Amino acid sequence: MKAKEFNIKWGMVIDLDKCTGCGACMTACQVENNIAPMVDASNKLRTLSWMLVYELSNKKAAPDAEIAYLPRPCMQCGNPTCVPVCPVIATDKNEEGGIVSQIYPRCIGCRYCMAACPYHARYFNWEDPIFPKGMEKTLSPNTSVRPRGVVEKCNFCHTRLMKAKDKARQEGGNPEALADGAYMPACAEVCPTGAISFGDIKNPEHKVHELAKGENAYRLLEKLGLAPQVYYVSKREWVRKLGDNYAATGKAGAEKKHS
Amino acid sequence: MDRALFPDGVERCSFGKFALWMGFVTAFFLFGLYAMILIFAKGIVVTGLDNYFGFGLWITFDLAVIALGAGAFFTGFLKYILKIDQLKNIINLTVIIGFICYSGAMLVLTMDIGQPIRAWFGYWHPNVHSMLTEVIFCITCYCLVLIIEYVPLILEQKQLNKIPFLHHLAHNMHVNMALFAGIGAFLSTFHQGSLGGMYGVLMGRPYAFREGFFIWPWTFFLFVLSAVGSGPIFTVLCCTLMEKMTGRKLVDFKTKALMGKIAGTMLTVYIFFKILDTWAWANNFLPSVGMTFDQMFYGIIYGKWLMFTEIILCGLVPAIMLITPSIRNNPTLLYTAGILDCIGVTLNRYLFTVQAIAIPVMPFDSWQFYYPNWTEWSTCGMIVAYGVIVMSLSYRYLPVFPQERALNK
Repeated sequence: MKAKEFNIKWGMVIDLDKCTGCGACMTACQVENNIAPMVDASNKLRTLSWMLVYELSNKKAAPDAEIAYLPRPCMQCGNPTCVPVCPVIATDKNEEGGIVSQIYPRCIGCRYCMAACPYHARYFNWEDPIFPKGMEKTLSPNTSVRPRGVVEKCNFCHTRLMKAKDKARQEGGNPEALADGAYMPACAEVCPTGAISFGDIKNPEHKVHELAKGENAYRLLEKLGLAPQVYYVSKREWVRKLGDNYAATGKAGAEKKHS
Repeated sequence: MDRALFPDGVERCSFGKFALWMGFVTAFFLFGLYAMILIFAKGIVVTGLDNYFGFGLWITFDLAVIALGAGAFFTGFLKYILKIDQLKNIINLTVIIGFICYSGAMLVLTMDIGQPIRAWFGYWHPNVHSMLTEVIFCITCYCLVLIIEYVPLILEQKQLNKIPFLHHLAHNMHVNMALFAGIGAFLSTFHQGSLGGMYGVLMGRPYAFREGFFIWPWTFFLFVLSAVGSGPIFTVLCCTLMEKMTGRKLVDFKTKALMGKIAGTMLTVYIFFKILDTWAWANNFLPSVGMTFDQMFYGIIYGKWLMFTEIILCGLVPAIMLITPSIRNNPTLLYTAGILDCIGVTLNRYLFTVQAIAIPVMPFDSWQFYYPNWTEWSTCGMIVAYGVIVMSLSYRYLPVFPQERALNK
């Protein structure tokens, strides 16, 4: 299956050698997107974390033990497996830039998209969003709060894209040719080590254009053919190898056979 | 006291005994109803589902009962389209079981979706590329067909049938039943297939993904075949259970053996292709995505024994048993093969639903476990209880079994 292409391809390049696993990206995401705190968040398979930091290990004993942290937003796949399965078109990849949308008032909460996504980037709203007294004053006015019973996910802080476009229009610029850095999701903006870079992967004037082409750049589960718009970079081979499955051949870069 | 309502010439247990039985089953129904109300009030947070297991017991139950309810459309197709007249002895039962299975599955689906109030969006905003859209359309349409097939049977109830209009209506519906059987066969084939297609298109789930023919992954065809390979024999098992419970002969063994032959033939075709498919998947597809057969299984709860039980013990073995006349014509062996067959198709649906999403695809991810909680079990129990209630009432008051009078002389 061919990946859906647009003139603009909003993408993220995450340098795993720079990521310290501090979790600032997760926090910024929760605040930006009005994710309500759960009364009981002890079951981590029920929490809402559009951006989730995984800990990777080389599974070796000291002194060779190494760990790395891998922030995982929605991959905004070029060939998303979640989009064609949705029975009610509550999710689509139809906008310039290639961000996979999620239309909350349309979603019926069947969770088929969640079953489809191998990255676990989709989350179900198990409970009504209830914000502790006073916290409602801190809510972002740009992002809608989702009701119980619908699926939600990272959308590269889409409202920030809308704002950046508005700003470009107001300043007489071209909203379809935003400058590098004019549009940044909250996680990329807040990352203290600059591990998360963001921009138009197709635009040579954007930093991510080169970063995504780097020799140490890779995407998660490339062999499945989902064509994610999120790239990872690491100089460490064991980290890169954890980006896909090689058990069948034992070596990286096995040929992808299916369409 | 309700003797006047019984079909002509048959015996039924006393009303007191019947009321006691209905009370017993209704207790299970009410317990499930309580869980259902809780689910509608508080949402599916009260279930054992989570973000890893968006699909669980409910979807497994749905897929299993829809496969086992396939006796209705396939027997209808054979009876009305291919004119295998002997099947008239059991056709009514297949319709009732089909109706129970499909209406029950639809009820479970309304609980399963996070926004039940938006269930109609499937029609209003359909995504024509989604297998689930096709399932929504076909299941609801086919449920209507089953109602149309069930109604004349209700109208044939002794007292209702005395009303000339209802008598003629039932008669005319029977005359045109071939049309509905045809529509039912078409709709049911497609949604049985689409249920399989639902899994086969999941590119991100190596356990389930399959290539296929045109827009249909191989699972589409395998699900149709496994449904028609198990649905007819499930009807036979239900019939036999009713015979054991009521102490009356309801369908002659020759018809049951014929149903076994039909199921066995389809199961044999299915299991042949299923083995080929599994072989190709393990040796061709899985390596292409860098995974191995071993990686698809874990420990006991997700162990290989599940797949081998499904394909060999509950697939190949009953297929051989059902196509061998000497085995099939022995009641005990026929029922044993039937039970294995039904377990096999249920296990298949479970594996595609739960195992497929339990497998960690990202190498740094880990296996997770899913335990359905009491709300899921009790609501499934409610559907079974609902089925038993419908079946009990139908058996007591409707002329379901045309041979019953002759067989119990």
